[in-house]
Amino acid sequence: MGANVVKVDEQSWDAEVIGSDMPVLVDFWAEWCGPCKIVAPVIDELANEYSSKVKFAKLNVDDNPRIAGQYQVMSIPTFALFQNGEVKKRFVGAMPKERFVSELSEWLG
Amino acid sequence: MAEEYDLIIIGGGPAGLTAGLYAARSMLKVRLFEKEVVGGQTSITDIIENYPGFPKGISGFELTDKMREQAQEFGLELDMVEVTSVDFSGPVKKVVTPSGEFNAKAVIITTGVRPSRLDVPGAQELTGRGISYCATCDGPFFRNKKVMVVGGGNSAVEEALYLTKFASQVTIIHRRDQLRADKIVQKRAFDNEKVDFLLDSVITAVSGDGLVSGVTVKNVKTGEEKEVPADGIFVFVGNLPNTELFDGKLTLDERGYITTDESLMTSAAGVFAAGDVRYNLLKQVVVAAGEGALAAVSAEKYIESQE
Repeated sequence: MGANVVKVDEQSWDAEVIGSDMPVLVDFWAEWCGPCKIVAPVIDELANEYSSKVKFAKLNVDDNPRIAGQYQVMSIPTFALFQNGEVKKRFVGAMPKERFVSELSEWLG
Repeated sequence: MAEEYDLIIIGGGPAGLTAGLYAARSMLKVRLFEKEVVGGQTSITDIIENYPGFPKGISGFELTDKMREQAQEFGLELDMVEVTSVDFSGPVKKVVTPSGEFNAKAVIITTGVRPSRLDVPGAQELTGRGISYCATCDGPFFRNKKVMVVGGGNSAVEEALYLTKFASQVTIIHRRDQLRADKIVQKRAFDNEKVDFLLDSVITAVSGDGLVSGVTVKNVKTGEEKEVPADGIFVFVGNLPNTELFDGKLTLDERGYITTDESLMTSAAGVFAAGDVRYNLLKQVVVAAGEGALAAVSAEKYIESQE
């Protein structure tokens, strides 16, 4: 995992995601999921480039089923952009970096 | 300034990776573009039992990861970026991506197919909320739940069997009166007590508040509709070729697949196509790999003929 990506869990969720001053992109993932592993380096790269604008976080759905359930995540990887504690944007599946940049242009621009 | 290559490959599934292996091993300077996931559709397949050399089967992820590693051993350059435009009109083939422009003497297209989406009321809103196109990604969310699998081909029935590891009940819903999957796969499904069938039937709507809770099923013979509770819907109802980029630049058949000659050359000289994106009768990894090899050798011959 890249140095600029924060690992979050049920304990740190409220502080790191809900209460964050910065927008947070959460990557809901699990070990069993091939596309999750493949997209991980893309998230690392985005985190390295845009860490001044958006916080990048990863939540393991296996270890944190309560949060995955709360947000009704039933497909992974799911990406959700949180701002002021609310989901502003959500998408499912691995994508190339450029696609993330355009989907998140409102926050990364 | 565009970067110069002997060969550019567009698409990193088994056909593209095999073409890359052959071309790199022939000492061509070759770059492969992949926009999403190396291994493509194969990489999310639970287990592949009919690729020769793996008597116990091998996961799609592991097989394609090994293909990638092998091709890179021989010098294939892999670039994870989407190709946004191509120009095949001249002797120099031009390929444009957000990170730069690339010129090549020949191109191999191995962009494959993507799964057709379930196109009924409720489907778009509930995708990722109970509707899934990847059993290996999402199966574990459905422990002790009731799921439906839409489709009757190999993908549908094999993924239904995979889902029995998690789900309490798996219902295969198929529009015809019998399945299309290989007999051995069908037999496993018939023998599995968690699997049942709704034949001659289609889903006409998906319902749920934030999460899938049920579907409307219509019997295509009687026209009768009924509500069936379900927590998950896994969709495997065929494929669409990824050829939008080549529309108007290459000859496509009426369904959008690229047509080629026996050497796998398309309607544009020096541009080849291999694997699922080319119309063929058997969409299997072994066929895609074989075609990838042939396309690479044909491309190499083409390049030599131009020098």
